[in-house]
Amino acid sequence: MARSKTGPVGRRGFLKGAAASAAALVAEPRVGNAQEPQNHDHDHQAVPSDLTLRVKALESLLVEKGLVDPAALDALVDTFEHKVGPRNGARVVARAWVDPAYKKRLVTNAAAAIAELGYTSGQGEHMVAVENGPKVHNLVVCTLCSCYPWPVLGLPPVWYKSAPYRSRAVIDPRGVLREFGLQLEGDVEVRVWDSTAELRYLVLPERPAGTANMTEDELAALITRDAMVGVAKVAAPRPGVSA
Amino acid sequence: MNGVHDMGGMHCMGPIQYEKNEPVFHAAWEGRIYALNRAMRAWRKWNLDTDRHALELMPPADYLRMSYYERWVGRLADQVVQYGLVTSEEMESGKPAPGAPKVAPALTAAMSSGFLTRGILSSRDPKVQPLFKVGQRVRARNINPASHTRLPRYARGRTGTVMRDHGVYSFPDTNAHFLGEKRQHVYSVRFASRELWGEGASPRDFVHIDMWDDYLERP
Repeated sequence: MARSKTGPVGRRGFLKGAAASAAALVAEPRVGNAQEPQNHDHDHQAVPSDLTLRVKALESLLVEKGLVDPAALDALVDTFEHKVGPRNGARVVARAWVDPAYKKRLVTNAAAAIAELGYTSGQGEHMVAVENGPKVHNLVVCTLCSCYPWPVLGLPPVWYKSAPYRSRAVIDPRGVLREFGLQLEGDVEVRVWDSTAELRYLVLPERPAGTANMTEDELAALITRDAMVGVAKVAAPRPGVSA
Repeated sequence: MNGVHDMGGMHCMGPIQYEKNEPVFHAAWEGRIYALNRAMRAWRKWNLDTDRHALELMPPADYLRMSYYERWVGRLADQVVQYGLVTSEEMESGKPAPGAPKVAPALTAAMSSGFLTRGILSSRDPKVQPLFKVGQRVRARNINPASHTRLPRYARGRTGTVMRDHGVYSFPDTNAHFLGEKRQHVYSVRFASRELWGEGASPRDFVHIDMWDDYLERP
């Protein structure tokens, strides 16, 4: 366990000179839990982690050699932290709920329909929208790595990339959904989509009851990332809260 | 390859760890290594398939122990040396070799937003004929290459139905090893869960898997 953050990450002892000398100045590196999802350093720790130092050393070498432009890195981080995320997908779903012609375009050519709203980027050129109904529930996974529809949902959460979800979503989808608090009736068909190629899947959830008078913006506010991955349904608005 | 990354159907990986209001990156270094990977791929010394394969080659215990972005740190450090962008001496010292010429970045800040919107190759190519038709019954080949493949183990030898032809894509099994793009059709193939997992599975469950022509045969 204690070796989990101290051993060299690569097969070569890379950046020993830079990272290791800096690391020697700090206290014991924080040791993560063996379980993957918790194995994250958090930036509120008092001393920089081994990974912080390694990545800093790697970035500074690549910048000094002219291989990367730090401003380009800033722009990429900013894009995924602030510009791309599940709010994009929620706009797409809300539009599909209020505009039947748009919904038809979305399920026949999702990439084009999503681009109509201005959302395009890597990992989403070949989008597929799969529609839930009273007797059909869709669930998206990437058992082999972490494929996810970036333009509409942003980068995936840790659980989506983790061994527990990737291993069980295909063999026990109903059990996985129960773990997320969603119990499906026995007569509902479950369709799991394993993203093994360059197609990226967006679940078009069912519009909940009690939303007939809501605007597109109000509807978008109800739609969650989890519903668009298929691990949840969109909950009906609480009485008296809106519409 | 039959690596630990090919997880579909495995047991005992524990409960799903859900984090409420999860941040995009949990620490600054995660964002930096994410962006470094994107920016360095712009040198086109390797591709998305080699990227994926490099993670699969990690020792299984390391793969399971490391966090997602931690895997990327060692991968990038290895790649820049392996593909000749950095020497091993520079990687050891963390400094450019004395007198080494400074190059111009492959990806600039101005390009980086365009970089995001630039699509991967079109999936339409009338010159590449599909080998299978929508509605056709197909069997996933029983192959076990020690090299890169996107045909998950749990589907091999199983029979399903072609539901949709997604068009033409590079073939990862060759592209990951610089053996050519070998562009071919990719289909959404629908498998009954009972075909994949036996009678214990619900008769109303189905798994749809994207399959290249070379993964399929007539049953």
